[in-house]
Amino acid sequence: MSEHFDIAVIGGGNAALCAAMTAAEAGARVIILEAAPKPYRGGNSRHTRNFRCMHRGPLGPLIESYEEDEYLADLLKVTGGKTDEGLARMVIRTSEECLPWMEAHGVRFQPSLSGTLSLARTNAFFLGGGKALVNAYYRTAAKLGVEVRYEAKVTHLAFDDDKVAEITYETGNQTHHITPKAVVVAAGGFQADLDWLARAWGPAAKNFLIRGTPYNRGEVLADLMDQGIEQVGDPTQCHAVAIDGRAPKFDGGIVTRLDCVPFSIVVNKNGDRFYDEGEDVWPKRYAIWGRLVANEPDQVGFAIIDSKAINLFMPSVFPPIKADTLDELAAKMDLPADQLRATVDGFNAACGETDGFMPTELDGVATSGLTPPKTNWARPIDTPPFYGYSLRTGVTFTYLGLKVDDRAQCSIGNRPVQNLWAAGETMAGSILGQGYLAGFGMTIGTVFGRIAGREAAAHAN
Amino acid sequence: MQTELIAEARRQAEICNACRYCEGFCAVFPEMHADGTFSDGDITHLANLCHNCRGCYYACQYTAPHEFDLNLPKALAEVRHASWEDYAWPQPLARAFQTNGVALAIALVLTTAALFLAIFALPGDGDGFYAALSHGAMVAIFAPAFLLPLLALAISVRRFWQDMGGGTPGWSGAFGSTARMTNLAGGHGEGCNYEDEDRYTQARRMAHQCVMYGFLLCFLSTSSGTVLHYVFDAPAPYPFWSLPKLLGVPGGLLMVFGTVWLADLKRKSDRHLGHAAAWGGEMAFIGLLFLVAATGLLLYWLGATALMIPLLALHLGAVLTLFLLTPYTKMAHGAYRLAALLKHHQS
Repeated sequence: MSEHFDIAVIGGGNAALCAAMTAAEAGARVIILEAAPKPYRGGNSRHTRNFRCMHRGPLGPLIESYEEDEYLADLLKVTGGKTDEGLARMVIRTSEECLPWMEAHGVRFQPSLSGTLSLARTNAFFLGGGKALVNAYYRTAAKLGVEVRYEAKVTHLAFDDDKVAEITYETGNQTHHITPKAVVVAAGGFQADLDWLARAWGPAAKNFLIRGTPYNRGEVLADLMDQGIEQVGDPTQCHAVAIDGRAPKFDGGIVTRLDCVPFSIVVNKNGDRFYDEGEDVWPKRYAIWGRLVANEPDQVGFAIIDSKAINLFMPSVFPPIKADTLDELAAKMDLPADQLRATVDGFNAACGETDGFMPTELDGVATSGLTPPKTNWARPIDTPPFYGYSLRTGVTFTYLGLKVDDRAQCSIGNRPVQNLWAAGETMAGSILGQGYLAGFGMTIGTVFGRIAGREAAAHAN
Repeated sequence: MQTELIAEARRQAEICNACRYCEGFCAVFPEMHADGTFSDGDITHLANLCHNCRGCYYACQYTAPHEFDLNLPKALAEVRHASWEDYAWPQPLARAFQTNGVALAIALVLTTAALFLAIFALPGDGDGFYAALSHGAMVAIFAPAFLLPLLALAISVRRFWQDMGGGTPGWSGAFGSTARMTNLAGGHGEGCNYEDEDRYTQARRMAHQCVMYGFLLCFLSTSSGTVLHYVFDAPAPYPFWSLPKLLGVPGGLLMVFGTVWLADLKRKSDRHLGHAAAWGGEMAFIGLLFLVAATGLLLYWLGATALMIPLLALHLGAVLTLFLLTPYTKMAHGAYRLAALLKHHQS
């Protein structure tokens, strides 16, 4: 079978679809090579829920305004300055025109979800979430004549000097070769390849849970880096958060989050505390806890609360382990009962006045003379029934990726690859050096997907 | 109540409550997220609030083959059907007719045969149809056949209302959302996912409203005839420029059009996103509504010919089946759904 395509897009998530639709609208004949089967199409976009968007006045579902400098300041806060400011500003500025473009391509928005009021000004929520967005884009892409191959695993890109000459991909046990004029890589990171993760992070990574798609195994990324395509981002790091320890190994998504830590004490498997649970509000601390738990024995933690705290946080999908005494709870959670009791007694004794307890803000209700301290929301754990959740490290994405310029183009040596562009998580390391800002991944994917599609189509035409 | 179905719906609702991505689609999710606890009454309420628009299924990141295996439209449809059977009195009738199209067809044959017998056994006393069956005989058959099942349904829905927690009904919200069928509008107003996977269309919403408004017009037509007969001493047959005809003819046409459309949509839709076992019973019910409307229109057209007698028997047989089985067929869903909406719009 001979197939002629102007552009091959490798990957099937938000960035890939934005690139494919943009290129098809420019008149190019486009094929999407998606590694996942149809029900799992869309990569990590399937699990997303919103898009962080600059706006100078009310826009779509977004209220008030959210301007470039504030957006950039928010980003710099979470990345600790490890940000390419030029690219970041370009993404932020372009995000404003993306929202109407997304609507024109089928995405529908909804008001900020209950429990997420703090994002109503900055983040536009997709009606139905990321899978609904992905579905809408596949429908629009189909109308534009984009061809889609599912379960199409790209194994190799053959180069001819500074040009991609041929793509090899497999479907089932068939091998295919195509020779498109231009290529867009939007195939995510490598976080679902636990062996790679263990080589990068250390053997502890084998105990991590992968929050997103099992299909982001980094095969294309590895193939390109092996051939000298320029890379960016810390190869040893991943973005990880603390999630419910009972979550599935892959693909647990949003419902595995666990928001109880600020109202709890967290112990390791020996029954000892290891960090200040009340350091800051949870949205600012869940990423730190992914790393903290990763450093404890067996990469597991246990959050313990009492009945006073059970209704103070969004429910996890898994019910807490419940017991009338701490000894019973220790037995149910396989913790050493004596040590757990000693830790709780020590913590309770260090708690002081609790009248100022305010669950929604830093209340300064702290322990005294305790190491490590708990600096906010420190109330004794003394009112049965007691509840426990296990915590594990949940990996969201990896930082290692392809280095691109402001036109999304990849490079080899010191020169651009003539016909290779990258978008989405595959190149997000070019902008985000560490940390994460809610909804920014979809912004990078949309902005760079559209640029990559436009540039690839211009090259192909 | 069937505890396994409730337990499965509760398992799924707890996953939904931790996700909340679908909040904007319909009334089910805001209701579900309001307090996050799911008693049997809460689950039954959610099940009857669900209009089976399927938006949440196609948007869901946790549908099979994912191990969470979410299919909320199906889980709620199964609880919903079970609740209609459980609240119905007598229950065996609901079990027979909700899911079984053949049972409905047999009932139709029996009622039509009974009407034939009545027409031949009883004398007529007037013009038009009354020449075949007297007004008195019609009232004697249809008044109890209409009112007694309605009473049975009212008792059932009252028990449902109490299980949901009772209280003051939210009349304007519930009637407003029924009149516009907002829960099939998808939140964005572009309709629901039904006949073509995740594509939003207004087809099912429109088809449903054709049937609903068509039925209401036909009901008003009959009511206006009753008023003309008793209050104004003006018995049937009525000319075209009269209330019964001006309401009944468009009503009948809307019902014919809407039922054909609904059946076609239902044929194209994925039956595993609903209560698959009830498919036959629901299709048969759509067929019954079609028959009621189509024979009514045909009677108007061919009422002066020799076909009048068989058409009249078939029409009255279909109407009698519809009335008698109101608490035990899909017809009951209107009352339960309205009650669920009255509860939802309470405060």
